This record gives sequence, structure tokens and C-alpha cells, in this order.
Amino acid sequence: MKNKRTVRQFFIFHMRPSRVPVATLPYNHTFGLGGMSALLVVCLVVTGALMMLAYEPTPERAYESILGLQTETLFGSLVRGIHFWSANLLIAIAVLHLLRVFFTGAREGARRFNWVIGLVLLGCVLAANFTGYLLPWDQLSYWAVTICTGMLGYVPGIGGWLQTVARGGPEVGPVTLIIFYTIHTTVVPAAFVVLMGFHFWRVRKARGVVVPRAAGAPVAAEVAYAPGWPDLILRELAVGVVLVAVVLALAVFFAPGMGTPANPGMSPNPAKAPWYFVGFQELQIHFHPVFSALVIPLAAVIGLVWWPYRRRETDPAGIFLGSAIGRRTAGLAAVTGLIVTPLLIIADDRWFQAASRLQRLPAVVGHGLLPFVILAAGVFGFRLTLRWRMAASREDADQAVFILLAVAFVVMTVVAVWFRGEGMALVWPW
Amino acid sequence: MGENRVNRNQADKGEDQAAGETRRGFLRKVWLGLGTLAALQLGWIGFDMLRPRKRRRVEDAAQGIFIAGPVDRFEPGTVTAFPAGRFYLSRLDDGGFLALGRTCTHLGCTVPWVEADRQFACPCHASVFDITGEVLSPPADRALDMFAVRIENGIVKVDLSRAIRRRSFEAAQVVLP
Repeated sequence: MKNKRTVRQFFIFHMRPSRVPVATLPYNHTFGLGGMSALLVVCLVVTGALMMLAYEPTPERAYESILGLQTETLFGSLVRGIHFWSANLLIAIAVLHLLRVFFTGAREGARRFNWVIGLVLLGCVLAANFTGYLLPWDQLSYWAVTICTGMLGYVPGIGGWLQTVARGGPEVGPVTLIIFYTIHTTVVPAAFVVLMGFHFWRVRKARGVVVPRAAGAPVAAEVAYAPGWPDLILRELAVGVVLVAVVLALAVFFAPGMGTPANPGMSPNPAKAPWYFVGFQELQIHFHPVFSALVIPLAAVIGLVWWPYRRRETDPAGIFLGSAIGRRTAGLAAVTGLIVTPLLIIADDRWFQAASRLQRLPAVVGHGLLPFVILAAGVFGFRLTLRWRMAASREDADQAVFILLAVAFVVMTVVAVWFRGEGMALVWPW
Repeated sequence: MGENRVNRNQADKGEDQAAGETRRGFLRKVWLGLGTLAALQLGWIGFDMLRPRKRRRVEDAAQGIFIAGPVDRFEPGTVTAFPAGRFYLSRLDDGGFLALGRTCTHLGCTVPWVEADRQFACPCHASVFDITGEVLSPPADRALDMFAVRIENGIVKVDLSRAIRRRSFEAAQVVLP
């Protein structure tokens, strides 16, 4: 009994807070998204370590070794299923976690730097998924990696060299597989351990998750606390158990298959990236690669990192969507994005691309700089309109821009998943 | 114990002031320098490991020159795929030959020839090229690579040892029999 209590006191309360603000406990404040991400990482490490025992990282053996794991090993298919679904869910849940943190303003003061760490962690999640899907060495693996390393070729000056380094040669081959395997099984997991510890510690330093408050209400000087056990930890256990059940069910009933083995001679038609990268693939169709693969992603990353360090007039901490006006501008931005993005995609497909051939400008200007500047001006105009017409604060206007761009990305993902057919041409899904 | 520490701190401070910041500052700089050096070394080693390994692959001469076949086997206005040589042989309407790389110049997918539309259509990002390899629709920003074609004694031969990058199609690139 005494021993049990010691474990509870010194281990659990070392990991989790011994008391938490009551207002942060309701499920719909955080949805447990951060904890779910952490649990998924644990699932990934365990199943990943198991699969490392069976996997052989050479082009000749990779595909067959996974096939063997699926068909000949007891529970091999289940282990891979759990890994696959945990990885896919992790992307969705980590992004939702980012949105939750963003929209509750939990990115100010003591949380500023933790926002940056969180972004690096999201980068690790994407890196893990990207390096992971090369490993089965099927058609998707081969062409996705060919395309993404192809983007490196457009880095000014050192592009060709960078591409050769990433591929370990002129083309995707055995060396590429070893490089990606090492990143996937060593570099990324090590980064996860360090960064997750850092991330959790920064949350504790900020006195737990942000305390919610109504729009316009001041930050409460004193908050009521509840004990970590059982109020917090039982809730977390419940979320964890449900999540594991969902992952297991998905792994059993929707076991991941294998594509056809990699064929360097023929790209599949259409060749689509996994759902979480396909929006980015859609972007490649509409801009010159210098913009779609370098300038725009770089601008997005810089914008996100810099976000909590912007000049601002109000403190959004704990207020859902910042303010009453913030909620209206957010809705307007979402609707605008939903309407304008599909129209722009169709217009580009029908007219602009043909027009860009007729100009005498080089492609990097006509199909890159020019549309980029026009779109940026459009977004800026949208922001100005909100500032003047709706008297939105700087924070609200910036939030609306974030939503506009996020919705545009979601629309591009939807278009690329369901509305693109052979030759990546626009088609109806029915 | 606590008192001791306070004394030590005070002593340290006194020493600093007496000897100037020089010794402590110097040691700090040394540590910083050594740390940076160690980090750079680690980075360099990692990088060296990544550097493209020297291939032992011997380019055999047979791979260099590809014999496509006699001139009259290729009808004007047709495209013939050579999977073994990883290229397309285009014969234009005027009877001239062009050997085109099959790799999309945008991001490296393999482009199939679509006979119905008489164009190369990339399955990855919807770039389109015509029979000469010229870009019809972006995002690709330069024409398909080509290989040097030679016609000797009515036999079409393609030099695969080097892919020729080009911005766009020009009439001078066509080899007439």
C-alpha cells in the first residue's frame, strides 16, 4: 500500500500535475489532443521497434519483407496496421491540436516558445510520415520520394547537389532507402523524445493548459484548482483507452495494403501523394516549382513560427477565436476560402495556365511570381477590408488571414483527393 | 550549507572583480569554442556519411549508344517508346528524328505518350508536352531533355551517355535522315 502511494506520488505526479485549474478540465476545452498525440507516438515507437525486427532496408528485399511480415508473422499485419493508423491519426490529431492551441490563444507569454517547439514537433511528424512511406518500396513510395527530392533541385544555386545528397545518387535507389530508413528509425524518434519532454515541461512552466475565459473578460487573478488524481488523470486514461480502441479497430477492419512494387520505369496514373501531402501536390500544379515548392512553404513556416511574436493590441489567451468580432471575421474568412479557392483552381485550369504560355515572360515569373503577387495582394486586400469595414483588431484580422489560407489548403486537399483523375486532370468524382 | 554557498558566491564575485573578468571569461570562451568545434565536427562527419558514395558502376559502352533500328521502321508523325533505353523516339511529320527523355522536367515522374491527344501528359502534376518535347502546359518550365541522334547507313542510333538539357524546342535539334 505504501509502495503504491509512493509510485502515485513520485512517478505520476512527476509526469502529470498534482493539481489543475477546474476550468481547464471540461473535455471540449482541449479535447485531449496533445495527450492523444503523445500516446500515438508511444504506439508508433512500440510497433515500429517490432517491425524493425522483420524489415530489410534494401530495394530487393524491402517489399517482400513487409509482405512476409503481413502474411507469415503472427499478428504481423496487426502490428503494421497499428503503426499505419497511428501515423495517419497522428497527423490529423497533431494538426487539430495546433488549431486548438491557435484558436484558444494559447500561444502568448510563457507559451510563445512552446508554440515554436510544437511546430518543430509537427515537422518531425511530417518527416516521420514522409520517410516512412518510402520503406515499403511500392509505387507510391518510389514516386513520392522521386517527386519530393525533385523539389530540392529548384533550390537556387545548390539545388542539383542537394538533390544528389538527399537521394544518395542521381536517382532514388538503395542509398536513398538507407538514408530514409535511418532518418525514420533513428533521427526522428530521438528528436521526438527530446522535443516532447521539452514541450511538456514548457506546458508545466506555463502552469498547465490555458484557462478559458469569455470574450472581453479579464484574465482571472485566482483560479479554482482540482486534484490531478483523480480529476485529470482518470480523464486522460479514458481518452487514452478510447483512442487505443479506435486504433485497434481501424487496424483490424481497415488493414493497410501494399501497392504494386516500385517500378522506376512507369509512374502510376494519376500519381497521388498520401492525403496529408496531396494539398501540397495540388499547389505544385498551380505554381512554378520555385514558388510552390520553396517560396510558399518557406513563407508559411516563417509565418507560423513568427506568429506569437507579432505586434498585437489584445491578449487572446483563453478566448475562443479572440473576440466577438474575431468570430465573425473567422466565419467570413472560412466562407470566402470555401468559395474563392475552387473558383481559382478552375480558372487556373481553364484559362490562366494557357494564358501563362502566351506571355513572353519566363515561366518563373509568368507562372510563379505574377500569380503569387496577385494572390498575396488579394489576401492583403481581404485583411484591409476586415480592418476597415468590420473594425477588426490586428489580432482578429491576422486570425482571419490564417483561417483563409488554412481553408484554401483544405479545399486543395479535397480537390486533389476526389476531383483529379488520369493525368491529374480535373474530373467529377462520380 | 546554505551559508557556505552564499560565501562561495560572494568569494567568486570578489575574485571576478579583483582579477577582472578575464580568467572566467576566457574559460567560458574556450568552452564555447570547443563546444562549437565539436558540434561542427559532428555535423561534418554526418555530412560526409551522406555525401554521394563513389559508384563503381562502369558505364559499359553498349549502354552509351543505343541502336533504335532502321529509319523506315518509324512512320512520320509517330512516337516510339524504348523502355530498355528509357527514351522516346519521336519522328516528326517532316520525317526528322528527336530522341526525348521520358522524365518530366518538373519533378521527375515518367511521362506517358497519350496517342489520343498526341501529347505527353505527366500523371503527377498535369504538365503537358508536345511531340517535340516542348511544354504545352505548366508547371513544367522547360522542354523534355533530349539525346543526340545519329543516322548511319539508314540506322537510327541514340547516344544515351548524356541527356541534353534544353529550354525549348528549336528546329536545329531535329535530325533529318
